[in-house]
Amino acid sequence: MSIWEYANPKKFITTFGPWVMPLMVVAGVLLVVGLGWGFFLTPEAQNFGSTVKIIYIHVPSAFVAINAWIMMLVTSLVWLIRRHHVSALAARAAAPVGLVMTVIALVTGAIWGQPMWGTWWAWEPRLTSFLILFLFYLGYIALWSAVPEPETAADLTSAVCIVGSVFAVLSRYAVLFWAQGLHQGASLSVDRAEHVADVYWLPLMVSMAGFVALFVALVLMRTITEIRARRITALMARAERAEAVA
Amino acid sequence: MPELGQYAGVVLSAWGVGLGLIVALVWASITRARRVKAELERIERGGS
Repeated sequence: MSIWEYANPKKFITTFGPWVMPLMVVAGVLLVVGLGWGFFLTPEAQNFGSTVKIIYIHVPSAFVAINAWIMMLVTSLVWLIRRHHVSALAARAAAPVGLVMTVIALVTGAIWGQPMWGTWWAWEPRLTSFLILFLFYLGYIALWSAVPEPETAADLTSAVCIVGSVFAVLSRYAVLFWAQGLHQGASLSVDRAEHVADVYWLPLMVSMAGFVALFVALVLMRTITEIRARRITALMARAERAEAVA
Repeated sequence: MPELGQYAGVVLSAWGVGLGLIVALVWASITRARRVKAELERIERGGS
């Protein structure tokens, strides 16, 4: 059995369709537990007061925003190399989810920044590259809508995705190699000394898992929707051609 | 409700925006999925 079997739209729907609702339930449970734990059961931080509770929304949304683009990059490359339509449609399906996560990360970051940094916004490396990533999401979605021919749209959006990946990577790693930024280092890291204290880390990990499960469920559901929408367009075009011949 | 102190407005507005956008995204995705599925089924049944 080959992974490319799932590039068949029918196979994709019959295989992954039944997974959507269970994944939604898992995401819902993880989010209720992780966010509820973080909001109700964690203490204030010495430096940040109760604003530390914003990390349970801000960090997972930023994580998903960046990794959604990386997922779109992979599926776009699969489209460019192997010309599997489902792959291009999966990238298209993930973009609005990534966009919303980017907006959440930007807005919650700004709300947190005002009392903590004394400003809603700073033109520093991580924030700026994240804002550019947001603009790439907008451009990517607009391009899909603007180009009527599906293969051309998939080609052009794949090119945009490759270019935008620079900013997805930058927004993740900018704090590591540009020291002049306001944004603090990683809240999560494989290096235990680097990430937040355990009392915040555990509910944060559950929230992260919830956001990731929600992302996977939404992308599967939206990819199936894109496949069906493409089928509708094809059937309508066929009917129009038949009418024209008659 | 936990004691949020002087930052109650900050925390609640950030959570409100975040959760509101997530709920809107899920709702929009489910609504479109159902609408497109129903439309495809109607077309495949031979409806106009």
